[in-house]
Parts: sequence; C-alpha cells; structure tokens
Amino acid sequence: MPLTKNEISDMILSAFPDATLELKDTMGDNNHFEAKIISKNFVGKSKIEQHKMVYKALKGKMGNELHALALTTEEKNG
Amino acid sequence: MDEIKSKIKTMIDANNVVLFMKGTPDSPQCGFSMAVTNILKHLQVKFEGVNVLESNEMRQGIKDYTDWPTIPQLYVKGEFIGGCDIVKEMFEKGELKKLFESKSLLS
Repeated sequence: MPLTKNEISDMILSAFPDATLELKDTMGDNNHFEAKIISKNFVGKSKIEQHKMVYKALKGKMGNELHALALTTEEKNG
Repeated sequence: MDEIKSKIKTMIDANNVVLFMKGTPDSPQCGFSMAVTNILKHLQVKFEGVNVLESNEMRQGIKDYTDWPTIPQLYVKGEFIGGCDIVKEMFEKGELKKLFESKSLLS
C-alpha cells in the first residue's frame, strides 16, 4: 500500500512540529511526491543529516512503500 | 553482509567518483539516476557507475552502508555526497563544480 499524502504530512509534522511544509503529489499518482520542509530542527546540520532526519521520521517507508519523495530542507531562523 | 561492505569500500576507495545507480551511465533505468548521471556528464567528470539492479545484495548493501534509503548515491574520494536531491541542489548552487575542482577532478 502506498502512503497517502496525508499520512506523509502527518509523519513529517509529528517529527518536526514547527515545520513549514509544502507537499506536492507531483504526478497525481499517490506515488511521486515533492516536499519542502523548513524547520528549526535542521539548524547546524549538514544536508545529509537533514535528509536522514526526514527519512527517519518516515520510519523506513522511504525507498519501500514510498517510492519517490524529492526533498528540499531548509533551516528556519529565529 | 560483511563481504558486500568490503566490496563497497574497495570500490569507493579505488575510484575518485562512484555513482551507485539503477542502470548504467549510458542507459539509466530510473529518472533520479538519470538526473545525477546527466549532471556528472555535464560537468565532464569521470565517474564509475555501479548498477545496483544487477545485484540485490548490492542494492540493499549500499543502503545499509550509507544508512541512506534510496538510490542513486554519489561518492567522491570515499565520501558520501548525497542522493539525487542533494546533488541537484549542489549543482544548481555551483557547489558541486567547486567540490570537484577542489579535489582536482575536472579536466
């Protein structure tokens, strides 16, 4: 079962409660998503660490049930 | 498992730039692998492509090795640089070119 957009959004927001999240189903097929996440949690982390944090929030679904999620992460300042 | 780990380590130590990908550099089998291949070709950097579709052991092995759930994965001088999103972002910001230049990998 692929993940729904709502499930992905819930998982990300529960791991990054302060996040500004833009999530798009890029092909309208519930299988290819694009997420832009801006959160304080990313401050001081490398891009690799930031993406790993997101993958962790998705609890092993990335690369399995979740086929494609293009990620952009940014640090939220202030 | 340890065998595949040492195989991966040997590959990334023996080659300056290694891309673990789906398909081959001449015939990528996935859009994300194709995107990274195109960037590397555009920068005219020599790289070794490892087709993970040829071996399930390698496909899983590289994910475990890096603790990274997706393919493609780019290594430069033994260091994990990122997956498709990070490589694309670095390319767009000119950081990828700088990285290769700093390691004298561009002709």
